[in-house]
Amino acid sequence: MIQLEKRKEPSTFWIYATPLLAVLLTMVLGGLLFATLGKDPLMAIKTIFWDPILGEFAFYYRPEVFKKAAPLILIAIGLSYGFKAGIWNIGAEGQYIIGAICGASVALAFYPLEARWMIFPLMILAGVAGGVIWAMIPALLRVYFKTNEILVSLMLVYVAEVLIKAFSIGLLRNPDGHGFPGSRNLNQYSSSANLELFAGTGVHWGVVTALFAVVATYVILAKHQFGFFVRLTGESSRAAGFAGVNANRLIITCFVISGGLAGVAGLFEVAGPAGQILGSFPAYYGFTAIIVAFLGRLHPVGILFAGLLMALTYVGGNAAEAAMNIPSATIQIFQGMLLFSLLSVDVLTNYRVRFVAARGA
Amino acid sequence: MIMDINPILLASAIMVASTPILLAAIGELVVERAGVLNLGVEGMMITGAVVGFIAAHETESTTLGFFGAAVGGAVVSMIFGLLTQYLLTNQVATGLALTLFGVGLSALVGQGYQATNQVPVTKMPIPLLSDIPVVGPILFRHDGVVYLSLVIVAAVFVFLSRSRAGMILRAVGENHDAAHALGYNVRRVRLMAIAFGGACAGLGGAYISLARVPQWVDNITAGTGWIALAIVVFASWKPWRLLIGAYLFGGVTALQINIQAMGLDIPVEYLSMSPYIATILVLVFLSGGRAPGSLGRIFHASS
Repeated sequence: MIQLEKRKEPSTFWIYATPLLAVLLTMVLGGLLFATLGKDPLMAIKTIFWDPILGEFAFYYRPEVFKKAAPLILIAIGLSYGFKAGIWNIGAEGQYIIGAICGASVALAFYPLEARWMIFPLMILAGVAGGVIWAMIPALLRVYFKTNEILVSLMLVYVAEVLIKAFSIGLLRNPDGHGFPGSRNLNQYSSSANLELFAGTGVHWGVVTALFAVVATYVILAKHQFGFFVRLTGESSRAAGFAGVNANRLIITCFVISGGLAGVAGLFEVAGPAGQILGSFPAYYGFTAIIVAFLGRLHPVGILFAGLLMALTYVGGNAAEAAMNIPSATIQIFQGMLLFSLLSVDVLTNYRVRFVAARGA
Repeated sequence: MIMDINPILLASAIMVASTPILLAAIGELVVERAGVLNLGVEGMMITGAVVGFIAAHETESTTLGFFGAAVGGAVVSMIFGLLTQYLLTNQVATGLALTLFGVGLSALVGQGYQATNQVPVTKMPIPLLSDIPVVGPILFRHDGVVYLSLVIVAAVFVFLSRSRAGMILRAVGENHDAAHALGYNVRRVRLMAIAFGGACAGLGGAYISLARVPQWVDNITAGTGWIALAIVVFASWKPWRLLIGAYLFGGVTALQINIQAMGLDIPVEYLSMSPYIATILVLVFLSGGRAPGSLGRIFHASS
């Protein structure tokens, strides 16, 4: 019989080992999945995880990994504050979409004026503001009406998806687009384009901002009082109350951070890789970022690596789709399995496994 | 122009539109009364939707389709059950993983079935009762699943409030440590509740793909599972209030589709967000119940 014995302190070894174990476990499970689909599992794993970084066409895939990782890391970093404190913003996807809409609206309002020094910063501000406003709805409702923030933030994702569809064929539609849905292409408007800062690397402003967010969060969590409050609330909200933490202010701050980062991620995406407001703009980064946050153990450096890994599954997934005819939905299953594995092996961090002889019958 | 809508047809459409939400919500209600928060309803629903569709298509029997959907929902719910009950994982995160997994799985499994035609679900008008004017067409000319959903709600009500097993389930949900001390098997009760919730969500999902739409398209449940979760909160974890909540939302959905069909001057997009906004409003203004005491907490018998 197997028994679990609670550890007094989480095991330091397993804190670092479990994410790796989870990735390995997912590869095994994923391999089984590919095998049942009739695809060569080893080949599939190699196409997804190896080829984009070190394969023959890596020069094409590597920049893609950075572009995909930037929004994931930005959003996950924002979410990590709330998740640490037990505040669940599940609707980052909605904040990401609204940030993109607001930022793009600013650019389109100024079109065709050429003044990048003013327009691009204003877009960034608008992106942040859009995300924050969208995040404030669940936050304020939670604070003033005790409404469940998980459900409200989620419902707003569906509302945001409808809004971006409506805007892409209505308010923000490209007047020169011959009636096709979608806004003007922000990439082709030099005042708004979020282009690569170094050609061929994939590093755009979003990537830089993501790195900055990682460093800033590391400092805030380690050194700043706010980081201490967040950690304290997560461990015991009662103790945090005694220590003078204002729970409501903490909820709002966590939502401001996660909403703002999700919003700016949306702006960088719409002005860069995506290019335009379109019904197909939402790419579930807001949901995948939840996995990234957990896989990175809610630690900024962990999230950095987790975001890169998850971006790799996207890029590798596309490669596998093209090369091996593996359906794109498989990657979503893969990501779900990754989160399952991670949560499962985490039992080793907090509990000691004991094999006990079944008591005599 | 609102007068153009036939109230009897609308009321009947509301019954149909509410059924998936009602089924998923009644399952989740039992799960939450047992102290478990399963946020994977959407994932279980969509699994049920695809499994039900395929089963019905292959066997050419919608009854077998619904049966398969319930089994499918229960099977995926057991992933959640094993993880949260045996590996003691965080319920919020595990539920989310279940939804991501279910949405992906259904898209993969359903690939070959997108264009296929569906076996129709047969209506089962109840003799005599269906001939009553007004009430008859609204209540008694539906398919079997609509009736089944009402029977399940009534059964859950009786089970929770009148039976010994229901009392044990509530005890487990209110205070799992006390229930454990009294010798009840917390884990087993919760696993059974989770399986029941999965089966109900599966049925609800299949009702969308087999009766309401009826077709298979990716992401067909479009957030119904999340609305069902909200309804449980709205209902303060009480079965009879759940009925009101589900029909209220079915009402918003059906009315919205009717207004779209009438071609009023309101853009379609803004109408189709109404169920989600209504959910938020209801959560804010109409929910005041107390959640089960142990809801969402991890149970570990450290003896």
